[in-house]
Amino acid sequence: MPLSVQETEIKNPPVSRPPLDPHLKALENEAIHIFREVAAEFDNPVMLYSIGKDSSVLLHLARKAFFPGRVPFPLLHVDTTWKFKEMIEFRDRIAEEYDLDLVVHTNTRGKEEGITPFTHGSAFYTDVMKTEALKQALDAGGYDAAFGGARRDEEASRAKERIYSFRTPDHKWDPRNQRPELWNVYNGMIRKGESVRAFPLSNWTEVDIWRYIQAEDIPLVPLYYAAERPYVERDGMMILAEDPRLELLPGEEVKHGSIRFRTLGCFPLTGAIRSTASNLDEVIAELEIATVSERQGRAIDRDQSGSMEKKKREGYF
Amino acid sequence: MSASAATTSATILPFAESAARVHRDTRPLRLITCGSVDDGKSTLIGRLLWDTKAVKEDQAASLARDSGAQNDLGLPDFALLLDGLQAEREQGITIDVAYRYFSTDRRSFIVADTPGHEQYTRNMATGASTADLAVLLADARVGLLEQTRRHATIASLMGIRQFILAVNKFDLVNYDREIFDRISHEFREFALSLGVRQITAIPMSALKGENVVAPASDAMPWYEGPTLIEALELATARSTQAGGFRMPVQRVVRPGESFRGYQGTVAGGAIKPGDSVVILPSGTVANVSQIVTFDLVRNAAVAGDAITLVLDRQVDVARGDLIVSIDAQPLTGTAFDAQLVALQQGGIEPGKRYWLKSGSRRQRVSIEPLSQLDLASGQWRPHASTLAMNAIGKVRLAFEETAVFDAYEQNRATGAFILIDPDTLNTVAGGMITGKRANLGGLKREGDRVVLSLPADLAEQLMASDLFANRRDEAEIKRLTAAEAATLWRNAGSDI
Ligand SMILES: Nc1nc2c(ncn2[C@@H]2O[C@H](COP(=O)(O)OP(=O)(O)OP(=O)(O)O)[C@@H](O)[C@H]2O)c(=O)[nH]1
Ligand SMILES: [Mg+2]
Repeated sequence: MPLSVQETEIKNPPVSRPPLDPHLKALENEAIHIFREVAAEFDNPVMLYSIGKDSSVLLHLARKAFFPGRVPFPLLHVDTTWKFKEMIEFRDRIAEEYDLDLVVHTNTRGKEEGITPFTHGSAFYTDVMKTEALKQALDAGGYDAAFGGARRDEEASRAKERIYSFRTPDHKWDPRNQRPELWNVYNGMIRKGESVRAFPLSNWTEVDIWRYIQAEDIPLVPLYYAAERPYVERDGMMILAEDPRLELLPGEEVKHGSIRFRTLGCFPLTGAIRSTASNLDEVIAELEIATVSERQGRAIDRDQSGSMEKKKREGYF
Repeated sequence: MSASAATTSATILPFAESAARVHRDTRPLRLITCGSVDDGKSTLIGRLLWDTKAVKEDQAASLARDSGAQNDLGLPDFALLLDGLQAEREQGITIDVAYRYFSTDRRSFIVADTPGHEQYTRNMATGASTADLAVLLADARVGLLEQTRRHATIASLMGIRQFILAVNKFDLVNYDREIFDRISHEFREFALSLGVRQITAIPMSALKGENVVAPASDAMPWYEGPTLIEALELATARSTQAGGFRMPVQRVVRPGESFRGYQGTVAGGAIKPGDSVVILPSGTVANVSQIVTFDLVRNAAVAGDAITLVLDRQVDVARGDLIVSIDAQPLTGTAFDAQLVALQQGGIEPGKRYWLKSGSRRQRVSIEPLSQLDLASGQWRPHASTLAMNAIGKVRLAFEETAVFDAYEQNRATGAFILIDPDTLNTVAGGMITGKRANLGGLKREGDRVVLSLPADLAEQLMASDLFANRRDEAEIKRLTAAEAATLWRNAGSDI
């Protein structure tokens, strides 16, 4: 006699919500399909968890994909030690609440050599504390597949990337020679040392992410919602002024205003926007009339056209 | 502060509501641009994004910065919105597919801008495999080329039934109507030979945005048809797979002793608790007891849904199996006919053992090429040797273990496959099943009975025996003519 789901030990009884609209439903189905396919085909997958909105959606979809089972792989957070304080608090709370295996990795070179986003410039800093750190962590874990929350609509080189993105043993991406990827039949065959980055959110746009967060009631780091916060203006960006490591330069002063973030990363490199959108409805409404893209606020993407591709070829997500 | 927030959202809301409605009512239309190199595919999509306001201010600024002075019209190089790789920008060509997302008040779109260069046909096939519609470009100055025909053929083989012919660069031919009539007529004939009947031909200038989003009645008063965006808004998205229930098992989930579920995406038909299913290739029968998802235990699931199925009895089900409805089953066997596109240097070699992946199943297969499409004449020519890169061929697939498919025409999910080279592990072909070979079939199952096809004299003798007479409900014998028997014998190597 088979037991029904209710009779097995399921911890969080699912809440009943109105059905998703067909567009979001199709995106959700596709993402779940990818999660299951990777989990089945690879020996040792891991999910990159960056604590942002895309990661939050990714995690939600992973939980859905494997329900009523547990998420069958660990989450990896590459901690540069320069993340917003609220991000770290949020990460630890979520890991505990959802009973997840969380792996946190920091590149010790940062501490040893005193590499900070202030002293070394965003390009070098990102290279060491994000790309190099990521590669160290992937090698240490021996992972053969890594899920990421990247979306094709984020940036022009991302728009070119496959859902299964093949990487050489030294984590390099060769955009000129990607494997064909037909229908939803993914080729997961690799040799020892090679790996695949898998992107379940490839076909989602920023608006889709927000509408899904709303429809599914997904918790987010509060920095995405507008509030009165202290900030400093630097290089045309509004930098959150709460971390004691932020030293004011001559002529700078801490201001206060209603601000929020469209993307989250390292606080010294992530610009806020002026906004009064303090809840999901308002954030979505604001987004639908936004005249600049979300990556505008990120110092590392502004360096030059093609900088993202360069970083990706070297192993960045 | 709160008062100003309230007024802001009050003015924004109607817009947000209408944008949300677009998404609610329809699935996005998936389209590709294809055609020969430099015909203006990327420029067209760039222009489309530009004119539908999908380009944000910061993106427009970097476009202006990167464009330089690339044309006499003082317009930005719209192709740069798509050609995002450094190698593409350096060479001024598209190398790999770019996926972009945009919407109008009526619907949303996913567009795959594919490369025209023959060397990158594999990337065009990648884009075509998931598209509902193809926008095929032709340069008004040159018309249809072999590469245009190749792309149209691949698109139609992959099941695209709606074509828009964009006769582009009309600004360079004085908006000459005769050119439009000639090229669109030629294309219509060609598309009909591919079995494509839904064709809209549009004269346009992608660069100047004429007949893309804005009509060009000044430049081309003689053209009365739709603009590109109007044609796209009217197109239909691929219907979800009808027919019998199909679900390739991706994984088995066993969170505890008491629960065992089969996870996969419904690839055809519908299912509800109580339905009888067969697990293939084993042929085991069971009933569905539950459809589980994270949100709720459901009373039905349809094509596209990612679900977990629970069956009413202990059966052996593993990744790669196909769960199907009992009354509309797919084809099973060890020999199938297919069409394929060879995607890599080295081509597809006769007799070599490849990995074939379809749904969640991966198995060994060897390929016997039968014929190859001659693009210039549209004729299939006998061809038994290696199918070179970019060749479109008809082949026989011979499996070592039972394979399960639908014809691609019936079901794109269970009729499509890729070939993986065991030496390079790269994807070397995309294929579409056309049918099961040897419909004579020496030995096959039909429902509950085994069907044996034998030469007439042998068949008579066996049927006359008492032993067989007592077991008629288990087996059936068919008589073959001498010629049929000979064919069967020839194929026996891979069949039996
Ligand atoms: N005058 C004129 N030039 C155009 C038009 N459309 C495209 N072009 C030019 O044609 C050239 C090739 O355009 P692309 O958009 O890169 O062509 P493509 O089809 O994407 O090329 P591949 O992707 O490499 O196959 C560019 O220099 C464009 O500016 C048009 O309508 N009129
Ligand atoms: Mg192009």
